Amino acid sequence: MSEPGRILEINGPLVMVELAGVTNGEQVRVGELGLTGEVIGLEESRALIQVYEPTEMLRPGDSVTPLGHPFSVELGPGLLGNIFDGIQRPLAGLMEQGGERIPRGLEVPALDRDRRWRFTPEPGLEAGHEIVGGTVLGRVQESEALEHRILVPPHLHGELLELMPAGEYRLEEPIARLRQPLGGIRELRLYHRWPVRQPRPYRARDDSVLPLLTGQRILDTFFPLLKGGKGAIPGPFGAGKTMLQQQIARWANADVVIYVGCGERGNELVDILESFPKLTDPHSGRPLMERTLLVANTSNMPVVAREASIYVGVTLAEYYRDQGFDVVMVADSTSRWAEALREVAGRLGQMPVEEGYPAYLGSRLAAFYERAGRVRTLGGDLGSVSLIGAVSPPGGDFSEPVTNHTKDIIQTFWALSKALADARHYPAISWSESFSDAVEEAARWWHREVDGRWAERRGQALALLAQAEELQRIINLVGAEALSPAQRWSVEMARTLREGLLQQSALDPVDAYCAPRKQFLLLDLMMRVHEEGLELIGMGAPFSVLAELPLMGQLRRAKSQYGNEQLDQLASLGERFRDQLAQVRERYREQKG
Amino acid sequence: MKQKEYRMATAARTGLLFLKGVPGVAFGDRVAIRDQHGRKRNGQVILASDEVVMVQVFEGTADLSLEETWVRFLEEPFEMPLSPELLGRIFNGIGEPLDDRPPMISRLRRNVNGQPVNPVARAYPREFIQTGISAIDGLNSLVRGQKLPIFSGSGLPHNRLAAQIVRQSRLLGEESRFVVVFAAMGITYADARFFREDFESNGVLGNVVMFINLADDPPIERLILPRTALTVAEYLAFDLDLHVLVVLTDMTYYAEALREVATAKGDVPTRKGYPGYLYSDMAELYERAGRIRNRHGSVTMIPVVSMPSDDITHPIPDLTGYITEGQIVLSRELHNQGIYPPVNIPPSLSRLMKDGIGRDDTREDHPRVASQLYAAYARALEVRNLASIIGAEELPELDRKFLDFADGFEQRFLAQGADEDRSVIETLNLAWELLSLLPADVLTRVTEADLARYHAWDGRKKQEAVE
Ligand SMILES: Nc1ncnc2c1ncn2[C@@H]1O[C@H](COP(=O)(O)OP(=O)(O)OP(=O)(O)O)[C@@H](O)[C@H]1O
Ligand SMILES: [Mg+2]
Repeated sequence: MSEPGRILEINGPLVMVELAGVTNGEQVRVGELGLTGEVIGLEESRALIQVYEPTEMLRPGDSVTPLGHPFSVELGPGLLGNIFDGIQRPLAGLMEQGGERIPRGLEVPALDRDRRWRFTPEPGLEAGHEIVGGTVLGRVQESEALEHRILVPPHLHGELLELMPAGEYRLEEPIARLRQPLGGIRELRLYHRWPVRQPRPYRARDDSVLPLLTGQRILDTFFPLLKGGKGAIPGPFGAGKTMLQQQIARWANADVVIYVGCGERGNELVDILESFPKLTDPHSGRPLMERTLLVANTSNMPVVAREASIYVGVTLAEYYRDQGFDVVMVADSTSRWAEALREVAGRLGQMPVEEGYPAYLGSRLAAFYERAGRVRTLGGDLGSVSLIGAVSPPGGDFSEPVTNHTKDIIQTFWALSKALADARHYPAISWSESFSDAVEEAARWWHREVDGRWAERRGQALALLAQAEELQRIINLVGAEALSPAQRWSVEMARTLREGLLQQSALDPVDAYCAPRKQFLLLDLMMRVHEEGLELIGMGAPFSVLAELPLMGQLRRAKSQYGNEQLDQLASLGERFRDQLAQVRERYREQKG
Repeated sequence: MKQKEYRMATAARTGLLFLKGVPGVAFGDRVAIRDQHGRKRNGQVILASDEVVMVQVFEGTADLSLEETWVRFLEEPFEMPLSPELLGRIFNGIGEPLDDRPPMISRLRRNVNGQPVNPVARAYPREFIQTGISAIDGLNSLVRGQKLPIFSGSGLPHNRLAAQIVRQSRLLGEESRFVVVFAAMGITYADARFFREDFESNGVLGNVVMFINLADDPPIERLILPRTALTVAEYLAFDLDLHVLVVLTDMTYYAEALREVATAKGDVPTRKGYPGYLYSDMAELYERAGRIRNRHGSVTMIPVVSMPSDDITHPIPDLTGYITEGQIVLSRELHNQGIYPPVNIPPSLSRLMKDGIGRDDTREDHPRVASQLYAAYARALEVRNLASIIGAEELPELDRKFLDFADGFEQRFLAQGADEDRSVIETLNLAWELLSLLPADVLTRVTEADLARYHAWDGRKKQEAVE
């Protein structure tokens, strides 16, 4: 470890230090309080340090101590259900020791050192075996919902000298010993450390694909994301980015959910902390909090820790992926992260290229999203990290740099529209501006598991929505009377699609989560009514007879009327529709005949 | 401790004072400055190195003589003395009295920058505040501990609305009223007097703490004023268990002062010349609203933001909207039609409403009624647009009903007197009266049960069926 250095200059969160022999990325402690910092630049004998805590009352001459290791996180059982700050300090622990307000320089380890975990060694693994990074040494029940696998840290390999028997262990107690090829002996524990800026290794990318199901119709049915995919949610303030991410965090069919609150509101995290323990995961039946982990750097916490929080989150995500789990990480908001980059770049005097952002904005964003993916892990399992980032464009203008770069990188783009949000159409996802590159892959799953007509119905619905938008333009010029009855029917049914299918309130207890089968039944029913209506109009039935069918109101309310367990009743609504339409058909067949 | 006084200023411009060769000065240190006339000014260190120290001077640097400027570093951050005696007092931005009474003295002093609340320590705000204003209570409910700004424009009645909120706000079923922290940044003398007289005529002046920086006061003082005011608000709420309403007006002048200093420092400009840290800087202020677990008091914040050229995408309202828990947007069009309060409903929002209304808080149907009013009004505005092109006579009957609904909604629901204090139940009943102008079939956001109970049109039909 190198010698302590001396502060030369304090400029907000950046501190210039006379400090030789450190490396870029090394963690340091700054000043008497021991504030956490990271070396971000070196120039001759001077190091530039970004400090993750407020720098008030630091002065030139104060000492800075390098810690000899890069900025890293602790990985082991006890992460789930917790909330950490942007540098992985447990917020509950900080409160216990420091009170309601976050004190400076307080060091609390991320994982509880006193807690005992029941460890079960992997059957068949014995002393003498060759083991490599990623090998499962044993298991620990981290929560009812999740069996945590204790892995050999990546980059280590050698001969297993000893594997401890089943029993209760603290984090610091060795559970195995390993002889490394060059002879050194290494004790392995229930946890290890990993530098956050370095992606964790895996054996290979895996291309077999499954949709990430979120129970949100506009996502799953219209703009699907795959497990291991990358998605972005851009939108102006108040359009519903956070609500949508919370919906995904609640309902996605993932094993682990990591929610990173990056530069956003404190109350939004409290909302999760208060509501998740009371909600059940529809897939495992366990309280949601058991599979959830939060990283919080709220907007009033130091700016540069925002930049770190994203990497902390994704490293934790990779760690669970490496255990063979499907992990979803949502980041709210990546724009605040980008602004933290900009802030530091500006203070470093780096040349701004667009709206003050440094030239490397695009490559940093790309490198972050590259950490998503479905992989064959070092241990041979399949695991995935799906990354979903909110983007907060200034003025809601999608042509700004962060939205623009993000759009080039991701596979699924859920564009939120102010107009829809203003009309309280939630989720306010624009069906004309959004896209998904994963429709074909998702279709394979839907056709296999739900219905072979999924892709066809989806395409018809999108076409109807687009057609109705065209027709609406005509209406706005000359009024609805100018349209043919068939066109008016299409406009009417597009409205039904919007209200009865696309709109899905997160606050509606029945409709907040919509199972895939229900999604398809609703879609199919609406499209069928549209088709048959067109046919009847062709037979001479007036538009008003169809529009005033007594069941139309019910069709729009069906999503909230019938829960995921009442699909037979939804099917019987379909039957009743069939009857009503048949009556109309009779009437006009007679008239014609 | 008597600190050394330096006379080493090398440059002074736009509120910044530069000193060379003063070693060991702390970042954020409070600075006392004496100018050539012996007058005192206050400052704070914003860059510290052994070569150069940069000081931000709250009274500005106009007519400072470099040779005759004496600077003392106080070796402490900016602090505000705190005691219950604050109530009823008037201060400037750095906490000096403006009311001819003696300066505050107290052993309890706190750093005006505050310290971020640990999210784990927060309690989610969920207690409905009845403001007596239908546009707010019915559609954009305020809850205790929320930060809900008013987005306005020059000449719009934001002051009247803010004063009405302050005057009428109360919790259902509770006697206790709010105490008020009033922070004026760059507003006119007339506006400041309006508030003062309003507090006075309501006899609440003794429950108000005012911090005043007027349009002709030094702009840089506006950077510290809300911090001082919020330090006081936090003390009243979390030490004295009071419920505090904070009015910050006008955040636009605050942000402009920030830009002025940023430009002088040479910070990289982003949109419209504002520095990239405007978001974080404003968040430091706005996030001081809230509730804390196991504490009785609360800080509820009503910032006023005037939108330059009525542009809601301007960085100041835009970044504010990204931080606050909703916004009440005022409309010039409604104002010109004589509607008060001229709340522009579609872009207005209260994000904390969902947990503060409903069965246990206001009335069971409230969430759905609000959502239905929004949806119906949105559709009615579309129809109105169409009517302006093809004429109302050409519209189908249903559309004409929507037109009637829009008129009724604006003239009866939105519009009310500046002293009219409606209960939330009155507001909801009024909402149903208006929704009853529309057939039940199009009201898909409410339930069948709601319709049976409250929808007059449907109700009458049912009544007939029974008879
Ligand atoms: N799916 C939804 N169902 C019901 N209400 C919604 C939904 N999405 C958004 N809303 C409403 O919109 C409000 C704003 O949503 P949200 O907080 O998610 O916006 P945001 O895009 O994250 O804004 P910001 O960028 O300012 O954080 C919510 O408080 C809620 O009232
Ligand atoms: Mg949000």
